[in-house]
Amino acid sequence: MTNHWVDIGNADVVLVMGGNAAEAHPVGFKWVIEAKQRNKAKLIVVDPRFTRSASVADIYAPIRTGTDIAFLGGVINYLLDKDKIQHEYVKAYTDFSFLVDDGYDFENGLFSGYDAEKRGYDKKTWNYVKGEDGYVKTDPTLQNPRCVYRLMKRHYSRYTPEMVEKICGTPREAFLKVCETMASTATPDRAMTILYALGWTQHSQGSQIIRAGAMVQLLLGNIGIAGGGVNALRGHSNIQGLTDLGLMSNLLPGYMTLPGDKETDYAAYIARRAPRPMRPNQLSYWQNYEKFHVSLMKAWFGDAATKANDWAFDYLPKLDTLHDVLRVFEDMYQGKMTGYFCQGFNPLASFPNKAKLGAALAKLKYLVVIDPLSTETSEFWKNFGEFNDVDPAKIQTTVFRLPSTCFAEEDGSLVNSGRWLQWHWKGAEPPGEARGDAAIMAGIFLRLRDKYRKEGGAFPDPILNLTWPYRDPHDPAPDEVAREYNGKALADLADPKDGKIFRKAGEQLDSFAQLRADGSTSCGCWIFSGAWTQAGNQMARRDNSDPWGHGQTLNWAWAWPVNRRILYNRASADPAGRPFNPEKKQIWWNGSAWTGTDVPDFAAGSDPADGMGPFIMNPEGVARFFAREMMAEGPFPEHYEPFETPIGVNPMNTNPRALNNPAARVFRGDMEVFGTARDFPYAATTYRLTEHFHYWTKHVRINAILQPEQFVEIGEDLASEKGIATGDRVKVRSNRGYIKAVAVVTKRIKALTVNGQKVHHVGIPIHWGFTGVARQGFLSNTLTPFVGDANTQTPEFKSFLVNIEKLQERS
Amino acid sequence: MTLQSLDIKRRSATTTPSPQARQTPEIAKLIDVSACTGCKACQSACMEWNDLRPEIGHNAGRLDNPADLSDAAWTVVRFTETERNGRLEWLIRKSGCMHCSDPGCLKSCPSPGAIVQYKNGIVDFQQENCIGCGYCVTGCPFNVPRVSPRDDKAYKCTLCSDRVAVNLAPACAKACPTGAIRFGAKEDMKAHAETRVAELKERGYSQAGLYDPPGVGGTHVMYVLHHADQPESYGGLPANPSISPLVELWKGVAKPLATLALAGVALGSLFHYVTKGPNEVSKEIEDEIEREDREAVK
Repeated sequence: MTNHWVDIGNADVVLVMGGNAAEAHPVGFKWVIEAKQRNKAKLIVVDPRFTRSASVADIYAPIRTGTDIAFLGGVINYLLDKDKIQHEYVKAYTDFSFLVDDGYDFENGLFSGYDAEKRGYDKKTWNYVKGEDGYVKTDPTLQNPRCVYRLMKRHYSRYTPEMVEKICGTPREAFLKVCETMASTATPDRAMTILYALGWTQHSQGSQIIRAGAMVQLLLGNIGIAGGGVNALRGHSNIQGLTDLGLMSNLLPGYMTLPGDKETDYAAYIARRAPRPMRPNQLSYWQNYEKFHVSLMKAWFGDAATKANDWAFDYLPKLDTLHDVLRVFEDMYQGKMTGYFCQGFNPLASFPNKAKLGAALAKLKYLVVIDPLSTETSEFWKNFGEFNDVDPAKIQTTVFRLPSTCFAEEDGSLVNSGRWLQWHWKGAEPPGEARGDAAIMAGIFLRLRDKYRKEGGAFPDPILNLTWPYRDPHDPAPDEVAREYNGKALADLADPKDGKIFRKAGEQLDSFAQLRADGSTSCGCWIFSGAWTQAGNQMARRDNSDPWGHGQTLNWAWAWPVNRRILYNRASADPAGRPFNPEKKQIWWNGSAWTGTDVPDFAAGSDPADGMGPFIMNPEGVARFFAREMMAEGPFPEHYEPFETPIGVNPMNTNPRALNNPAARVFRGDMEVFGTARDFPYAATTYRLTEHFHYWTKHVRINAILQPEQFVEIGEDLASEKGIATGDRVKVRSNRGYIKAVAVVTKRIKALTVNGQKVHHVGIPIHWGFTGVARQGFLSNTLTPFVGDANTQTPEFKSFLVNIEKLQERS
Repeated sequence: MTLQSLDIKRRSATTTPSPQARQTPEIAKLIDVSACTGCKACQSACMEWNDLRPEIGHNAGRLDNPADLSDAAWTVVRFTETERNGRLEWLIRKSGCMHCSDPGCLKSCPSPGAIVQYKNGIVDFQQENCIGCGYCVTGCPFNVPRVSPRDDKAYKCTLCSDRVAVNLAPACAKACPTGAIRFGAKEDMKAHAETRVAELKERGYSQAGLYDPPGVGGTHVMYVLHHADQPESYGGLPANPSISPLVELWKGVAKPLATLALAGVALGSLFHYVTKGPNEVSKEIEDEIEREDREAVK
């Protein structure tokens, strides 16, 4: 979240789209109710289904799954066309006036530089024009046809309300009502928040959907302000912490990135990640990259990381390609992997095309599952009748199951969606032989290190030199790990201004501003620096006083970065440093410094007259509508059909190469098992229910009582076409397999008219499987396609095709 | 078992006088249907607090689960899809005992002390006195009590009388994440309901209102409804609930006996006051009153 949970209560308009907050985030949703009751906020829900969020909404607009960019593109067009934008904001704080390379173009569904063979782009034209001074050229009058504003206006002029209705199936009237309500927040005294979740991310163009949402918010001046923002409601209590700590194949902690295999030169690696400002007087904060990086390497490798060995740069793996989960399972399926460690993760249930996943696991020599529960993955080899119809005699994979603790059985920090690190204390001792994840990993590491010490091996240095300073090497304690990610001084640190020592060697640091690139500091995750200072554990703070009445409780827990609650909050004040909305002010210039209700997201002493932009992490200093070369499929979000489309054409173009995301990666064999509308005429989408959490709570009796048995939801129209009554058992098939479930026939899913044809949706909750205490069911990912977002490779769980038929059997 | 920290106002099939010394305010639970998202945290909390674990059932083609109230499901969220002027509404209501001021269950119960009404308004079943006759089921205008097939005792929501007795809110109210369930003095709840109704009217729900039906003397579980003119559309909430005529008939037969008992109580009190003063009760007089009471009930 750019903002945080409590801040939702400051909104005047709440857009829930690409998520179902009431159902998937029932506790956080209280702030939506608070906004409604306190600010008379209007709640808008855009969803293929009339969800529990919609049940308390003021405006509901149906949409065909996978067409969010068309909808949001329509909103962008509406705002630009009706001039409902926050002018002062977009002119000063975005790239509106930046001039774009003459070679950049968009034609019939494709951006300039497409290579059909590679399914990708040569992006060299996707950039700004630079002047002789090295800075980007701008046209503050916005008259130049090559400025971002003009290019954007032209791009989105194609997204008319008629086109939105044609692609999304959203009735024109409902769409315009949504636009009008959103547009009401273009004034500086009103705010809209966007709450989204996996309904935006789990598409083959998910990242671009989120960008489109961010563009709407920028046009309305809703980023950086109270009650505004683009807010990802994360799907696990600590999934924010997972990304923060870099548990992705290409990331290092704190959103630093691993080098590619061609990046063998340390200085070049750093330079690429520490961009010079693109405009005069801009901060471009990533210029500090090396300080964060060196401190990380010191935290990991201690004395073995020296200036002479480029801070152990060669210890880092160099990426040949992205090794996301889809790639890993593809490699496994191809027989290229021997073993797999699966920690707190149930891929057989959580990833697409269960048949392929099961076949892939069966090719492993060994599988290690570290989990508090008996997951489906750990029993993939066992026959559960129709639910998992395998022959154990034919599967030779050795499965090791290491029982771990669950969150309530351990101390530690969780990072919530609002970036708050909240310390928690164990509520119970773990049962039986269960051990904490850190203890399990320590056990594996110490044995591995021992083997490398005794037997040697290819390049043992990173393993032999890994710092392991814990009191009990077999069980690193949460407080030790927390101190490590906060960072400490390795030598006495002197203030360069007066030479005074402000931190002695061994002391905890106050923030990442104290990190150095000379090896005198260590820090395991720079954005977490400040969480456990010399003053102690800031995450354990529990003072909920709210002096400004905006829910800005700065002494409750600790938020990254530097306890800042609303990111980009400099944008809440006008260029002169006066709050746009004095009623809900964030930060302001007091004549000599920035101060406010929040920790300023800015250079504290930068006089507004110097013209530094609020988006200090961007080398531009401003927010980008034009994404340059940073996205796989284009600088502007463009609508592409899901890989399995119920209409078979993309109404935005006539180019067969631009039917689906032209830059999405598809493995050989997976393209062949995409279904077509001829055999699978219905648009399907998977989702969570409020009664369950993923595949965990089917192991819990009370949750199982509240929602005991697998079901799918269909509209009354489709039900009558198929002769299905509510409560009947049905079979739902995709080109990859089938599931059987109870049909819930509902008025809440309506047939939509899309591109002149009727499109029905089938709603498929995900929570059942063959382990646990709830009634056994099929893994819904038996049905889903093996393709991901072109940038993140997040699978397209939300849009695919199925067929449905009534079964005679009873449950 | 009753709770000594809660004064009893009425006791089924009993005519002993109620305690008068303590000033007990009337409480109420207010369920704001317009803020409820149907998350079922209330059902979950109810099961946790009251040690209830109904069977893991089936899906009957609806999201409601368990499908109905039972001896082990004292509250159930009911989902109703309706269309009004072309606009779809999904009405979600947490159902359970309404804790009537004039409780049909208590009136119809023939077993002394199987049903009590506390002075704070809570109507509570005392299973050790329950004879399993099911009259309370007939007597309830909301179809709430359920006789258990396991032990032939009637069960329903206690409004967490054990929690309320020690100044805690009912488990459901404590767990409700959106503030749709509130708990407090009935007067305060009515005042809060007024602000909610006003806001709903402002949002275009011209018939928004408070459900506190007079036919049962008002209730200690009240609803804020967007369509107070059509309570039936919220999973069959009765428009004008009143106690069944059967119960009135039963009461008609019992009435002379009850009068006799009351007279006995009054005489006993007077005799007691004249001979012993207000603060002491002799064993003989107590015995005498109890004997008279028992005879009156027979």
